[in-house]
Amino acid sequence: MKLIIEKLNLNRASQEIVSNISFELSAGEALIVTGENGSGKSTTLRGIAGLMPLNDGSIRLLDETGKQFEGEVREYCHYLGHQNGMKPALTVRENLDFWQKFCGEPDLSIEEALDEVDLAHTIDLPFSYLSAGMKRRVSIARLLVSDRPIWILDEPTAGLDAQSVKMFTELCKNFCEGGGILIAATHLPLGIETERTLEIKASN
Amino acid sequence: MLALLKREILLSIRAGGGALTGVLFFLAVVSVFPFAVGPDTKLLSHLAPAILWIGALLASLLGLDKLFAQEREDGSLDLLVMQPHPLAITIFIKALAHWTMTGLPLVVATPMFGIMLNLSPLGIGATMITLLAGTPAISFIGAVGAAVSVKLPRGSMLISVLVLPLVIPILIFGVAAITGALEDPAPFTAPFLFVCAITLFTSVLGPLAASIMLRHSAD
Repeated sequence: MKLIIEKLNLNRASQEIVSNISFELSAGEALIVTGENGSGKSTTLRGIAGLMPLNDGSIRLLDETGKQFEGEVREYCHYLGHQNGMKPALTVRENLDFWQKFCGEPDLSIEEALDEVDLAHTIDLPFSYLSAGMKRRVSIARLLVSDRPIWILDEPTAGLDAQSVKMFTELCKNFCEGGGILIAATHLPLGIETERTLEIKASN
Repeated sequence: MLALLKREILLSIRAGGGALTGVLFFLAVVSVFPFAVGPDTKLLSHLAPAILWIGALLASLLGLDKLFAQEREDGSLDLLVMQPHPLAITIFIKALAHWTMTGLPLVVATPMFGIMLNLSPLGIGATMITLLAGTPAISFIGAVGAAVSVKLPRGSMLISVLVLPLVIPILIFGVAAITGALEDPAPFTAPFLFVCAITLFTSVLGPLAASIMLRHSAD
């Protein structure tokens, strides 16, 4: 499996934010996107996740034989943005259960996924009762409940304490070792062997 | 998709979801009319179909502003849009859930309000049937309005302004059908079939238009 990004060019309100980004990632590789605030890290990630119209360039996902995967690349991605994508009025279990069923391709059960992020005890609590860091961990558990070969993470460790960050880098490592492709905008190195860095510079 | 329907309904029942606000608003609108019209029961029963339809129309607009704006606020919209499901189907389900929690309760509550307005049993039956056939269209058209205003911080007013002109045909045929059921020379079937046709038409076109809108408003 190979993710090929060529000459990515993204606009926001007709102003060019990101220009000419190209890279290739194979299964098991990780890319850390760095850059100053406002340099276009989030824009780049949203572009790859199919959440922004591309001004120019292409995003392709090829399998081992060089054949393109069916459908859009975004369908093979998990996206973890600044917001958690969880409903405060529902319990943790209801939230994760919904995303698991809606995304399809179930992987870990909800209990197992919450165990991975050390939140098994919160399963029946409303999401709004959790602290900011715990909310973040629940949305990390969302990545585990359904199977997607690409993870796109935007500041995934925001609000996490040192111990949770360690747990999270461990999860990322496992994901890459299992043949996943990881793209993350973060200031912390994840410590993955195949990790590369892409620095984005503000285009003006 | 069933999971989405279940989640939407759960959300509207939970605190802050506003499952019953539609019916309460309907009650408020319908109950002020007799005070304004006065004690003329004949006039009231003559006006009843129109009052009930206008009440239902306004009540159905409630909650439309939350349809996508709330999803966008908590980041769920990005995830809903990314999935392999056709976006139009996702929107169809969301609009259907909106109707289930606002339009359908109105239909159920109609007999009670019909009595308040001195409507005959036949009139109540006709109102219920036309509302049942017509109110889904308001949710489907409303989904387009909600998609257009998804990025605006307080878009609910804009949604009403956008949606109300578009639902006028349903109002015309809905009230015409009830009048047809009550008064002899006027037909019931023809306007009723128009109501059904509009609902079927908007159930396809509404989600499609809203999905195009949402894809293009992404940023």
